[in-house]
Amino acid sequence: MSKVVFDEAKCKGCSICVHFCPKKVIQMADRINAKGYHPAYLADEGNCISCGICGRMCPDAAIEVFKP
Amino acid sequence: MKQVYAVPKSLQPQATHYCPGCTHGIAHKLVAETIDELGVRDRAIGVAPVGCAVFAYDYFDCDFQQAAHGRAPAVATGIRRVVPDAVVFTYQGDGDLASIGAAEIIHAAMRGERISVIFINNAVYGMTGGQMAPTTLVGQKTTTSPAGRELGHAGSPIRIAEMLATIPGAAYVARVSLSSPANVARAKKAIRKAFDTQLSGAGFSLVECLSTCPTNWGMAPIEAMEWLEKNMIPYYPLGEFRTPEGGASNG
Ligand SMILES: Cc1ncc(C[n+]2csc(CCOP(=O)(O)OP(=O)(O)O)c2C)c(N)n1
Ligand code: SF4
Ligand code: SF4
Ligand code: SF4
Ligand SMILES: [Mg+2]
Repeated sequence: MSKVVFDEAKCKGCSICVHFCPKKVIQMADRINAKGYHPAYLADEGNCISCGICGRMCPDAAIEVFKP
Repeated sequence: MKQVYAVPKSLQPQATHYCPGCTHGIAHKLVAETIDELGVRDRAIGVAPVGCAVFAYDYFDCDFQQAAHGRAPAVATGIRRVVPDAVVFTYQGDGDLASIGAAEIIHAAMRGERISVIFINNAVYGMTGGQMAPTTLVGQKTTTSPAGRELGHAGSPIRIAEMLATIPGAAYVARVSLSSPANVARAKKAIRKAFDTQLSGAGFSLVECLSTCPTNWGMAPIEAMEWLEKNMIPYYPLGEFRTPEGGASNG
């Protein structure tokens, strides 16, 4: 299981999680989701520190965070 | 793996209609987390406003009533008196609370009504297309102030937290911002304190949340958060303006 789990259907592509991630490990996908937005995804799981900031800042409750 | 951040249980699993990056969604999560922490979902009753948050009743997984524009504090007062053990909160925008509902909020505070008010100040009427609100900053361009709000014409923006903090019945009054991880963490603490104030029987509580409206401000979500920090916080200082213990930490 990934450290950061995105509920892609709820993502509106606002990029708030990308901006506030202290490790800059989230990116916006090139493809679009069912709503027509570019969804966020964890591009570099190895460098994610499971800090939870992306989860707390996502306005759309689309992120849950786990720590190994 | 240990869960570090979970979506609050007091939120419905569905997506919201809010625009991408709108901080109404962050405020919803903080209120829902507080209800979860306190374990009061069974007795929580929210009152939704007229404004972008009108559908809050579909997003929170607790009882809800929707009120006429600005009248949420009056409806919450009725609920408070009929259901004494309910945990009652309103969720209101700045057009709703500071303009058409100015009388209701002042008198609910004057009565020391045991309710918690979540006040979303995004400096515009969001839902109706970005018209000037009482909270719009001097010089801020809106659809009804295309050259920027003029002091001599529209007066100065209303500082609700400071004003209500002069009222003895207002036991807890704070202003927070939803514009960064640190500010969101402080906002969470303030909302928890507002609910604690209600549960302890101390009286009325209100948390003013500086919030973004990327759509009507004409900005990308991050740009809107930066604009808020640079322009709104200097005029609307963050902090606690009145606490049940009698202290203040604003400025
Ligand atoms: C009695 C009444 N007057 C006016 C309106 C139109 N109206 C709908 S929402 C709104 C303002 C909402 O702004 P705000 O409270 O700031 O909420 P936001 O959408 O910014 O979150 C107005 C004036 C209405 N619905 N009812
Ligand atoms: S948990 Fe922290 S480090 Fe990991 S993606 Fe989210 S914000 Fe970045
Ligand atoms: S903050 Fe949430 S809605 Fe915005 S891009 Fe990230 S996952 Fe998507
Ligand atoms: S109009 Fe503004 S306040 Fe309303 S949902 Fe969109 S961004 Fe949020
Ligand atoms: Mg508003």
